[in-house]
Amino acid sequence: MTLSDQNKPAIEVSHLVKTFAGVTAVNDVSFTVEKGEIIGFLGPNGAGKSTTMRMLTGYMPATSGSISICGYPVATQSEEIKRRVGYMPENNPLPEDMRISEYLYYRGRLKEVPRSKLGSRIDEVLEVCDLKRVRHRIIGQLSKGYRQRIGIAEAILAEPPVIIMDEPTIGLDPHQIIIVRDLIASLRGRMTVIISSHILPEIEMTCDRVLIINQGRVVAQGTPAALRREILGHVRYEMVVAGNFERLSEALSHVYSNLSIAVPEDIDGLGFKQVVVTTDHDGELGEALLKALIDAGYRVRSLNRQRPTLEDVFLAATRRSWDVIDKK
Amino acid sequence: MKHFLTILSHEVRMLLVNPATYVAAVIFLSLMGFVFTDILETFSRAAQDTSPADVFFKQFYLPVLFIVPLLTMKCLAEERRLGTMETLLTTPVTTTEVVVGKYGAAYVLYMTLWAATGGFFWILKAFAGDSRLLDPGPMIGGYLFIGVSGLLFIAIGVLASAVCRTQAVAGILCFAMLFALIFGGSYLGAATWLRADVMHPVKSAVDYAQVLQHYEDFTRGVVDFRQLLFYFSSTVLALLFSILAVEAKLLHN
Repeated sequence: MTLSDQNKPAIEVSHLVKTFAGVTAVNDVSFTVEKGEIIGFLGPNGAGKSTTMRMLTGYMPATSGSISICGYPVATQSEEIKRRVGYMPENNPLPEDMRISEYLYYRGRLKEVPRSKLGSRIDEVLEVCDLKRVRHRIIGQLSKGYRQRIGIAEAILAEPPVIIMDEPTIGLDPHQIIIVRDLIASLRGRMTVIISSHILPEIEMTCDRVLIINQGRVVAQGTPAALRREILGHVRYEMVVAGNFERLSEALSHVYSNLSIAVPEDIDGLGFKQVVVTTDHDGELGEALLKALIDAGYRVRSLNRQRPTLEDVFLAATRRSWDVIDKK
Repeated sequence: MKHFLTILSHEVRMLLVNPATYVAAVIFLSLMGFVFTDILETFSRAAQDTSPADVFFKQFYLPVLFIVPLLTMKCLAEERRLGTMETLLTTPVTTTEVVVGKYGAAYVLYMTLWAATGGFFWILKAFAGDSRLLDPGPMIGGYLFIGVSGLLFIAIGVLASAVCRTQAVAGILCFAMLFALIFGGSYLGAATWLRADVMHPVKSAVDYAQVLQHYEDFTRGVVDFRQLLFYFSSTVLALLFSILAVEAKLLHN
């Protein structure tokens, strides 16, 4: 560890721009990632996720802006960066005609893992990624799930302080997704991880912070909970009740002043309707609503607070950014 | 050059486990064996002025035109197509190490194939036992020429692979460049329009780059330093362009 490794954020990106033949793929992106954080990178196809990740690894030079990893600028000290970043590219290209253990040995040598430590380190990552049984199989004959895990094993092989993975869970079955999720979670605190994904619940479960980019710009960033508040700005309660629907808003008005109540037309045979109450109140209103309904003589079959998923946030944030772009 | 040996040994290994290498080797040795038998038959019919080694190495362009593209077309084009170039260059490896490592592996294999033709001379010695047929001069000169010119031929193959995205195009480009290098020199050397005084510098440059003429000199035992310099400098140049081509494709992809 040199001086510049200490007390610096793991990744600092400021005003990053990348243009390809006049097309701006990444447009003025800035963000900071602290040591040991797990960051989720979200965005629709073509948003600039992969391009940003490639620039972070030093593989692709930026058009303008600066990136520094562990205090080293990527533009001038790419050698140092490459020693500190474990990278798994999109689609995870692998040589077809090598055995897993041979491939990891070769990669370990390229990544300057000392020969004496390499053998035990390979055993370790094979164990962690559940690849022990297939270590002597030829990569070209393995299924997608195995190949993804080889990519992950390879990224963590040299124990780099920063790990960048482009869609690590793509093509995995639910069982393997859980393994990968636990694996990434086990890196928390030790390594800084950036993962991109389309599977939003994945990001939500593993990541400390989420960065949503669209059209090359960061449209939202923060913890999943904060994003929910910021982007959607409201909480929804769904309830199935029966009674006099005309007096409903009056009955609920003293629970919280700012409630909007949507009562649908359709009614089932027993007189129940599914009512949606929307409020900007963050706290839990469920109990108060239930009490108010029962006091006013309504029959309640169910009441639940809807948890907006990251998917809703993602859709709202990307839609909002498109509105901004369209207006320009 | 810390990773040069890692990449070199990996590439040699990959060539050795690849069935295509053995197919190429079998084709190469059958072709050369056929040429060699043909030469021996000619020699058995009537006495000749030259030694069999001289005539044998004269056919060097035959395998060069086919084997060099086969050995080199894959090296960089395939990495780029599969996307493994990205994983390779995000490790602490420089482009120079990658290009030189792959070049070295192809050269080692090329020379191994040629070394195998030494078996022909051994068989000839064991069964004919005629010392007149085994003149060591042209043989040493021939192998030396193969070794020195191979440096450039393989470098041209690597360059073709560096500028192309697909193996097939790289192979054809390599074939065309080798053909132009080997036969273009004698064609231009014979051209009358180059005899004019104004064209004198061009003419001398063309005379300098006569691959077939170099071969003649080598087998006669004349190892001219200028000719060695021609091969070494052109090799370095071709490799430099390969490195630049790989890096340029990173900037503009």
